[in-house]
Amino acid sequence: MDLDIKELGEYISNTISANVDDVAFAQDELTLSVPVASLIKVLSFLRDDANCQFKQLMDVCGIDYPAQEKRFGVVYNLLSLTLNLRVRVKVWTDEDTPVPTATGLFSSANWFEREVWDMYGVYFSEHPDLRRILTDYGFEGHPLRKDFPLTGYVELRYDEEQKRVVYEPVKLTQDFRSFDFLSPWEGPKAVLPGDEKADEIENEDAS
Amino acid sequence: MAVTEIKNYNLNFGPQHPAAHGVLRMVLEMDGEIIERCDPHIGLLHRGTEKLIEHKTYVQAVPYFDRLDYVAPQNQEHAFALATEKLLGIQAPPRAQYIRVLFAEIGRILNHLLNITSYTMDVGAMTPMLWGFEEREVLMEFCERVSGARMHMNYFRPGGVTADMPAGLGDDIAAWADSFVGFMDDLETLITENRIFKQRTVDIGVISAEQCFDWGFSGPNIRASGVAWDLRKSQPYDCYADLDFDIPIGKNGDCYDRYLVRIWEMRESLKIIHQCIEKMPGGPVTVENNKISPPSRASMKSSMEAMIHHFKLYTEGYHVPAGETYTAVEAPKGEFSVFLVSDGTNKPYRCKIRAPGFAHLQAMEFLSKGHMLADAVANIGSIDVVFGEIDR
Repeated sequence: MDLDIKELGEYISNTISANVDDVAFAQDELTLSVPVASLIKVLSFLRDDANCQFKQLMDVCGIDYPAQEKRFGVVYNLLSLTLNLRVRVKVWTDEDTPVPTATGLFSSANWFEREVWDMYGVYFSEHPDLRRILTDYGFEGHPLRKDFPLTGYVELRYDEEQKRVVYEPVKLTQDFRSFDFLSPWEGPKAVLPGDEKADEIENEDAS
Repeated sequence: MAVTEIKNYNLNFGPQHPAAHGVLRMVLEMDGEIIERCDPHIGLLHRGTEKLIEHKTYVQAVPYFDRLDYVAPQNQEHAFALATEKLLGIQAPPRAQYIRVLFAEIGRILNHLLNITSYTMDVGAMTPMLWGFEEREVLMEFCERVSGARMHMNYFRPGGVTADMPAGLGDDIAAWADSFVGFMDDLETLITENRIFKQRTVDIGVISAEQCFDWGFSGPNIRASGVAWDLRKSQPYDCYADLDFDIPIGKNGDCYDRYLVRIWEMRESLKIIHQCIEKMPGGPVTVENNKISPPSRASMKSSMEAMIHHFKLYTEGYHVPAGETYTAVEAPKGEFSVFLVSDGTNKPYRCKIRAPGFAHLQAMEFLSKGHMLADAVANIGSIDVVFGEIDR
């Protein structure tokens, strides 16, 4: 049975609806939002089900929304060579809740999860080797979090007297310039002065 | 003579080893000459590209993609341009699509030339390196003529390309492509049936198709294991659907097959280059919407509106509607993709870069276990790693 992406979304939501919070379809791409508890169940279903066969885990990445209660998203991008389709699986977590590792299902998850740990501090339970991967030896913090400054906290230089590399707090000769181009008229959450009255008038009309 | 007991010992390979293709440090646990465990340490070239992109507008983000896989920069730009176009809901005009594909294939040849020749040098051959780099220089001159820069082109922009090709460039590329067939034949006489090269690569680092899926392989490395999977064919982007080319595949999934697949891909790329030049339509090379692509320099001198557009584009940039997309291209090394999340502002909220080399290098332990130390070098060469993209 060959499915197109919409049929696949329906098939998945019919078959494992109990384990999936939401099936979204946008930009010709399918996204499944999944609770942390059933992540492994969903991933193994997608990998092993005869109609899915998402045998390749192409990418795992984190995303940070500090305003949310569960601020970290972990996004799994899977690819099925038989269907020629991709699907995205998303789970949400916070600093303390671990996400079960997918290394048991896909060997490729190993480094991808290490990267998410390194960059966001999302803990993967039962990961065989959860070390930092991209940052320096002995690095502190998780640099891709939105509250981590772009310039970081430390800089390093070779010290001629001590004959070794030393770490020092960042000193900028010029402050980092971040221009805010979001005009109050066009910004994404633009609330113009007086906007709140529009709702009031609508409510009055309704009543 | 008493038998001495040999203990396993650790060997530090790199990060300044010439065969490490950049700044790879591997901690190897050796049993004599046999590799027992292999732990690649990456990140020595980490520059925080993804973090930087979050603080830059969409147009300013393009040059960062050149600096990922600096061997074939245009292919990375291609992925970002396509992802942004998808979120913006626009499509590059036909001529831009053909130019992009033409240069993406030039990028593929640039990459494979560097990989094959440096890989053969790692396993003992000197001459191919010297020959290959001469040809690369010719190709980089084409890049320079079209964009002004030999390597970091910054040429593929969301909405098209920066500028049209200069007159005569198409003919020069076609003439070069004709002559390159002879070069390929010469190159192959040096390597393909070379006894030493085959001894170093045949049956080394074998990986089966199923194992390729498990490790997230893509590109020439998965094709060498006999999987006919190429995003240019299976999920065609830009004008690849209109072009006629074949996908070479290997049989054994060893280092030698990975070499052969790359050699044949270069020959297929030549076919694509010829077709692109023949079929290239006329017309604009970028979307005719001055909210996304800059107005011509001439019109800025007389039109106030063009002046304003130019100013707004290069300070504020454009706002991309909220949404997210995972857009992949067949880069020379495999599936290069961008997971782009927009929140409706002029800067990407999140731009995850999926580098093929990251997944491939991860399988180093799998490929090298039980092999000799010298085979680790052959494996690194054959999986084609560049640290610009792995460390990001």
